[in-house]
Amino acid sequence: MKWPAKRIAQACSVPLLIILLMGAGDDARFDRLGHKMICACGCRQILLECNHVGCQYSDRMRGELSTWLARGDSDDLVLQAFMQKYGQTVLAAPTTSGFNRVAWVTPFAVFLAGIALAIFVVLRWRSLPQAAASPSVQALDNYRQQARKETAEL
Amino acid sequence: MPYLGSFALLLALALSVYSLVAGVLAISGRCPPRTAELLGETARRAGIAVFMAVLVAAAALLWSTFHDDFSVSYILHHSNRDLSAPYKFAVLWSGQEGSLLFWALLLSAYGFVLRLRHKVDVRLVAHASVILAAVQVFFLLLLNVAALPFAMEPGPPPADGNGLNPLLQYAEMVIHPPMLYLGYVGMTVPFAFALGALIMRYPGEKWIHITRRWTMVTWLFLTCGIFLGAHWAYSVLGWGGYWGWDPVENASLMPWLTATAFLHSVMMQEKRGMMKVWNVWLIFTTFMLSILGTFLTRSGVVSSVHAFAQSSIGWWFGGLLIATAVVCVFFFVKNRSHLKSENKLESLLSRESSFLFNNLVFLASCFAVLWGTLFPLLSEAVQGEKVTVGPPFFNRVNVPIALFLLLLTGVGPLLAWRKTSWESLKRNFAIPAGAAVLTAVFLIVGGVRPWHDPATFYSTMAISLAALVAATIGSEFLRGARVIRGHTGQSLAAAMLRLTQRNTRRYGGYIVHFGVVVIAIGLAGAAFNKEKEQELGNGDKMMIGAYTLVCRSYTQDDNRNFSSEWAILDVYKGDRQIGTVFPERRFYKASQQPSTIVANLSGLKEDLYLVYAGKNNDTDRPIIKAHVNPLVAWIWIGVLVIVFGTFVALAPNAAAVKVTQPARVQTAAVEAGD
Repeated sequence: MKWPAKRIAQACSVPLLIILLMGAGDDARFDRLGHKMICACGCRQILLECNHVGCQYSDRMRGELSTWLARGDSDDLVLQAFMQKYGQTVLAAPTTSGFNRVAWVTPFAVFLAGIALAIFVVLRWRSLPQAAASPSVQALDNYRQQARKETAEL
Repeated sequence: MPYLGSFALLLALALSVYSLVAGVLAISGRCPPRTAELLGETARRAGIAVFMAVLVAAAALLWSTFHDDFSVSYILHHSNRDLSAPYKFAVLWSGQEGSLLFWALLLSAYGFVLRLRHKVDVRLVAHASVILAAVQVFFLLLLNVAALPFAMEPGPPPADGNGLNPLLQYAEMVIHPPMLYLGYVGMTVPFAFALGALIMRYPGEKWIHITRRWTMVTWLFLTCGIFLGAHWAYSVLGWGGYWGWDPVENASLMPWLTATAFLHSVMMQEKRGMMKVWNVWLIFTTFMLSILGTFLTRSGVVSSVHAFAQSSIGWWFGGLLIATAVVCVFFFVKNRSHLKSENKLESLLSRESSFLFNNLVFLASCFAVLWGTLFPLLSEAVQGEKVTVGPPFFNRVNVPIALFLLLLTGVGPLLAWRKTSWESLKRNFAIPAGAAVLTAVFLIVGGVRPWHDPATFYSTMAISLAALVAATIGSEFLRGARVIRGHTGQSLAAAMLRLTQRNTRRYGGYIVHFGVVVIAIGLAGAAFNKEKEQELGNGDKMMIGAYTLVCRSYTQDDNRNFSSEWAILDVYKGDRQIGTVFPERRFYKASQQPSTIVANLSGLKEDLYLVYAGKNNDTDRPIIKAHVNPLVAWIWIGVLVIVFGTFVALAPNAAAVKVTQPARVQTAAVEAGD
């Protein structure tokens, strides 16, 4: 029996969705969102990791996070609410919109550009005429093997 | 004693200036040969004397600390009478002025060793010595003008000092900063050799041989310093982690990344006379990153939890950075023809290419760290608003890059110099790749779900790639050892030992790679961390992972240095009691600051990490924060393996083995490797 591609995709996506959504309760959301923000006390620590004695902010912010989650708001809305109250610096990482996107894109762009440049350089060098003709790869392997055998007296 | 210290610093500055000026005159070629020789010798001796003078200054500061001389401003702000003796040593590097004095002391000590060993190459050492003297002049100028360690307090001295920062009152803090400084400062030596060799158009690669050992030693110090810092953060800060991507941590990581890249690419220059420009700039960059890190964290340009060291002297380091860059660019442009490559890359499938890619990945990672550290400044300039660039950014950007690097660590040793055939690569790669796939399958069967979230995916990848690298290393050792066994009849273990002794650098390097594998597994464990916070009264229970904590009692104590409160917790795994722990919170009286003493039950599988988070004011009962952190111990074990591997790589090669009996079995022909 031939299964249509659409049916296969549906069959695969259902268990995948179940697995992805498993355990995505309020505790998991609290943990996830609490790790996306930093404590506003100035310690620069992740909200759920701030452990200052008598910190005036972390307990209150955790309480606020629980309240927002209990209201059933989406993750984006919760983060927006925190940004409105504490400023953009409450987020532990730049957003992926506007100029902040540059923060995310640049390291990978530089990395890929570097790799591309390296490949280009190797290929260009390879195309240049050599002073003496190089033996073939297979010949090199054979020479290497022979040299090892002959120098194996150690 | 403070006056003696001040005088010693002034004398050291004068000697450094003489060492620099006389050294420049000696190597400039403008004096008659005999005069130049005499000038060079006096410059060398002045350089040696600088060490003595700075040593006296450092000893004077320590003497004043141990004698509670609070008329000295630095000691007043960083020590107190009840501070125990080991921590009084730590006072030397706990503040701005003292840490700069310590920096100057280490730099002069390195210079002392370098100048004593000048016969290794008199002309090259003379050039390197001049560059070291120039850097030394900078630090001594700073200590004599802008950051005075012996500045006196106005009026009568106070009865007691403000005390040492409580976070620094921990055994590792007596070792961590010196290690880190040894690494930072030590990078000046390879820098001095590289710049000296470029200035004098040094023929051949001898400077590389001299520099390589210095770089390895200082790299080892930096590695130990970084991981001691991580271990300290884990043990003291009480947030359950070991790396927070703080700008100061980043400042130590960046030169480490470029120095590691250099230790790899330098092999290309030694073996094939390639990448000379690249190597010189890697050394320059490593030194400049050390200075940049110091500038960033001491100028207050970026905010850091290590705020004790912020002041206006940061701009001095900005000046040094610019001056260094100008000097490096000038001599590079002037003498770049000297750095022409003797060979060309011939194939993408070659050891040379793998080194090139490995270097690119190290530099990409370094750039990502630098970019993340500086992006808040850029954002403020462009958007008018600062953003936070914290652990989520660094983890998401650096983890994929690090995984690629781990893959290269596994593939690189399988490639031969110049060219490797696909057939050879496939043959050598089959077992490591199989090990990686098997590991991934084993993890998934064991309940790990890489598709659950990115952290689990990356962890699975890291452990699988660690298996790939371990298999590569194992097969390299086995291949070589079998050949030796075939010729000598030794056992496989003895043959492996002999193999390592014969090429310590190569096999020491593999041991270092194995240490990296162990660390990668340890880091991968972070994806499975668990944490829980609960108020615990007498007899109350708390469950986390496989553990049950029962609060037996909680109590408090008081001594002259600090007051403390702690909980006494019995720890059960199943029905079996595995220990009693005492998570503690201290309050230091002199500095009026709290500190955490974490209780950690550490095992190979996981750590049970307990923090006394304080008391609930309403119920007066302690709040305990519990973390179960899998595989953390692997990180510290991996570091020990790296240290061992580096020592092996530093050891000289043993003489060739005598054949005691004729070859019996000719086994696996080695096709890859050098």
